Amino acid sequence: MDGFWGALARAVGLILAWDAELIEIIGLSLRVTLSAVAAACLIGLPLGAAVGAFRFPGRIAATVALNALMGLPPVVVGLMVYLTLSASGPLGVLGLLYTPAAMIVAQTVLVAPIVAALTRQVVEELDREYAEQFASLGLGPLGRVRALLWDARYALLTVALAGFGRATAEVGAVMIVGGNIDHATRVMTTAIALETSKGNLELALALGVVLIAIAVAVTGTVMTLRASAVRMAYG
Amino acid sequence: MIRRGLIVLALLAALPAGAADRFIVLQSTTSTRNSGLFDLILPIFRARTGIEVRVVAVGTGQAIRNAARGDGDALLVHDREAERRFVAAGHGTARHDVMYNDFAIVGPRADPAGVAGMADAPAALARIARARAPFASRGDDSGTHKAELRLWRAGGIDPAAQSGRWYRETGSGMGATLNVGTGMGAYVLTDRASWIAFGNKRGHRILVEGDARLFNQYGIVAVSKRRHPRVKAKLAREFVDWMLSGEGQAAIAAHRIDGRQLFFPNARR
Repeated sequence: MDGFWGALARAVGLILAWDAELIEIIGLSLRVTLSAVAAACLIGLPLGAAVGAFRFPGRIAATVALNALMGLPPVVVGLMVYLTLSASGPLGVLGLLYTPAAMIVAQTVLVAPIVAALTRQVVEELDREYAEQFASLGLGPLGRVRALLWDARYALLTVALAGFGRATAEVGAVMIVGGNIDHATRVMTTAIALETSKGNLELALALGVVLIAIAVAVTGTVMTLRASAVRMAYG
Repeated sequence: MIRRGLIVLALLAALPAGAADRFIVLQSTTSTRNSGLFDLILPIFRARTGIEVRVVAVGTGQAIRNAARGDGDALLVHDREAERRFVAAGHGTARHDVMYNDFAIVGPRADPAGVAGMADAPAALARIARARAPFASRGDDSGTHKAELRLWRAGGIDPAAQSGRWYRETGSGMGATLNVGTGMGAYVLTDRASWIAFGNKRGHRILVEGDARLFNQYGIVAVSKRRHPRVKAKLAREFVDWMLSGEGQAAIAAHRIDGRQLFFPNARR
């Protein structure tokens, strides 16, 4: 356990010293992860709501597919995005490989199914509750989806946090498409993997402690904002 | 509120990468990166030319395959045969010797196979095989893995038949394999630079070294623009020329850990 407490002390020390390299890595981690979660929400919220609210042929298949895609292996997604963005791949001309943009794309692919699948669940239950009101109001499909998403917004915040958790913890995909390049695409998880491979286990653990602290801080901030928004709405 | 948050986040994503356009991607190996060599020499090169070198560090096999897809402007690896094939296939302009160091067999202090002090590496491996002592192999088609397989062949042993028993193929980089080796008390073939820079040695130490067959040559190649039009050929050329120049070679020789030199420049001008 000596290693763990040493790591904890070192982690606190790195943060207190505001180590420039660490701050850069944390900043990129947050940028990549939050961007990917935002993009995944833009895709996943309407998609999940549509599957949850509408009756159409193949709906069960779509639900199964969304749920299954929640378990996409990051390494496989990383490979697919790599082959797509590679100079020899179909989107090679964009020159996105080994950039933060490529990492955002890969994490979006990973997170969007999580957001969509959980949104479907939330919206489907709400839709059942609201069915009569929707019928009496004569709302069109678009109005229905918007009303459902709006009324489920607090639950959907938790959905977004689930996606954030997945993106924060992920290393396989960003390692392949980002390349873990110093000062360009190095994020917390790839830095931890690198220090582990150098045999600097204590420093790797210290970075892990920092990463967990960041996840707690982001989640805490969102939950606090949500609580005050609820108070304002119903206070 | 949610929507406003989303817009802010979308704007975050649109921020520029914050780096100059004058950069190249160098496909290289974990041994050169983990040893800290690039941290020393790349800032010197950048100060001289303004060119940033972005290093992707993977095994030699993967580095060559990435470069063969055009995903790199230059290649710095250690498998002469594979580098020559890369150039012969038209992916690279030319291959140059740039530096060398050597491999060594590290193992637990207890040394169950009794190989400490041996100067004949294939014979040492044969002794490890006879003792069925655990051996951790890269198993990842890297330069070090290829060198290891050549040594087994020279010792007349086919370790693949023992895979999963005393012969453990990690399929990972040098550092990960060393972690496995020190963790399970296994012998490991490693390049000397990775070993010196490695932070989790536990009781392991170098047991076999000094065999001429443990020589480890690194080569550098600029990726061909004719074959891969998106390659930044001019910047890559500048980097290769600098690495082979007096200044680049001196920078390589200056890299030391605890007073020990890790790479020995040997470019032929």
